[in-house]
Amino acid sequence: MRTYDSIQTDLSAGVATCESITQEYLGAIEKGRHLNAMISVFAERALEQARTVDQKLAAGSAGPLAGMVVSIKDVICVKDEKVTCGSKMLEDFVSLYDATVVERLKAADAIIIGKNNMDEFAMGSSTENSAFGRVKLPHDPERVPGGSSGGSAVAVRAGMSTTSLGTDTGGSIRQPAAFTGVVGLKPTYGRVSRYGLVAFASSFDCIGPFGLNTKDVARVLQAIAGHDPQDSTSAHVPVPDYLQSLTKDVRGLRIGIPREYFAEGLADEIREALEKHIDRLRDNGAVIEEVSLPHTEYTIATYYILATAEASSNLARFDGARYGYRAKGIQDLSEMYTKSRSEGFGPEVKRRIMLGTYVLSAGYYDAYYRKGQKVRRLIQEDFLKAFRSVDCLITPTTPSTAFKAGEKSGDPLQMYLSDIYTTSANLAGIPGISIPCGTDHDGLPIGLQILGKQFDEPTILRVSDFLESTFEEGSGN
Amino acid sequence: MSVTRKDVEHIAKLAKLEFTEEEKETFTHQLNDILAYMEQLNRLDTEKVEPLSHVIELSNVFREDEVKRGLKTEEALKNAPSKNEKFFKVPKVIGDT
Repeated sequence: MRTYDSIQTDLSAGVATCESITQEYLGAIEKGRHLNAMISVFAERALEQARTVDQKLAAGSAGPLAGMVVSIKDVICVKDEKVTCGSKMLEDFVSLYDATVVERLKAADAIIIGKNNMDEFAMGSSTENSAFGRVKLPHDPERVPGGSSGGSAVAVRAGMSTTSLGTDTGGSIRQPAAFTGVVGLKPTYGRVSRYGLVAFASSFDCIGPFGLNTKDVARVLQAIAGHDPQDSTSAHVPVPDYLQSLTKDVRGLRIGIPREYFAEGLADEIREALEKHIDRLRDNGAVIEEVSLPHTEYTIATYYILATAEASSNLARFDGARYGYRAKGIQDLSEMYTKSRSEGFGPEVKRRIMLGTYVLSAGYYDAYYRKGQKVRRLIQEDFLKAFRSVDCLITPTTPSTAFKAGEKSGDPLQMYLSDIYTTSANLAGIPGISIPCGTDHDGLPIGLQILGKQFDEPTILRVSDFLESTFEEGSGN
Repeated sequence: MSVTRKDVEHIAKLAKLEFTEEEKETFTHQLNDILAYMEQLNRLDTEKVEPLSHVIELSNVFREDEVKRGLKTEEALKNAPSKNEKFFKVPKVIGDT
């Protein structure tokens, strides 16, 4: 496992080449096969790309991410490679173009090594819902790595790539980052282009990076952020220099602790681990203040109404006509739609399409969907109000550490409740980062979440980087 | 509001999905559990609250209406489950009700 700093050191000392580094990662992918974190690996293409970057380095014309090896959640398009979305529906689908994020990574001379396993269509919190088998937690293969970007988190944790790209619709980057002990960032809605991302819930979906430290996550964000004419929801907001925000100085910073996130249901060990970090911030000059987000208890219900509604609409395109799975032996068009969808989608995807169709159907639209949109505003207003008195918020990322495979898969509502601290950021469109902040009695990682104002990634990265540095020096925990 | 098996059948039809009897039974229970949980939103008075559909307030995003090169026919057909040289092939539509 190595960070980009270590890659840069080795490259400039001449003890490694991009090609040898790529070989190292291919070796780790081979060694970690049992974890099932990768759906496809582009060994030849990656090595070829690495050789090209080596030539550029020799010529002094290499981009800012030269030699960084990146893996990509299999819901984002890489030209001429499959994009399965973890589904039988798209098992054989080959992308016709690069997603903007992939194009930007390549332009920065990052090396794309392969695609990560995931919950089908990014629906899940455990990466058990993949048509290609579940992803295993490196610390304990009986447990889940979180989801839906479980493969992207494990790829970084197990050294299969320096960084990876995941997507976060309700916590799908931050929750697996917490479970696997890596850093995961969900940027502000609209910060990163979604052109070339297969849509799940369009008013929530965000692409973001995983890395071993804050610096690497900041580097990837730097490369992928910014307006894209191909995505009309991407924002016309200037992109700051994220590395410059990593000042290791939190003096005078006002940090809010939302009391609802520390209420009943939070594991004691997680609470204690967070308190230590909050104390460190206070000892180093940050101003800690308790705040309230009174509509917190309504976030899961609101999220699952709105996200499933959007999903049922987005996934209507999978009809077996132009691409994707088509059922065999069909007689007429209607049967083609119904059979292809019923055979191509897995159980969780069907459950969400059903739920979403129900909340949008005649007679229920106002009671559920419209009600959900109204409560979404109340939730966003909670944050706006809190951010009038503080610069960012600290919360746990998850109420518990990684759970066992099969533990929640029979009870969808219990699974949904594992997103209790993460969906709020998607409802409000604000950025959030999860960083490792200790381990529990089983040695399982604990995640700390920092939430910021819209487009204020610099502040949450600054706090994250600061905590990381004090944590490393800090103690054995 | 509780969901009956008949509702599940109706929703499945709208969503173009089909289920075995056993699956319908499971879905009826699960949807009821989830919807019962969602009912808690009714505790909130939202009479005067404006619905929020987009978190960064964007108005219409326009661009010039220019002709640009799209996918070539063979590219567009590349992932088709059934096709001829120029078209997607699907089962007979006429007469289908």
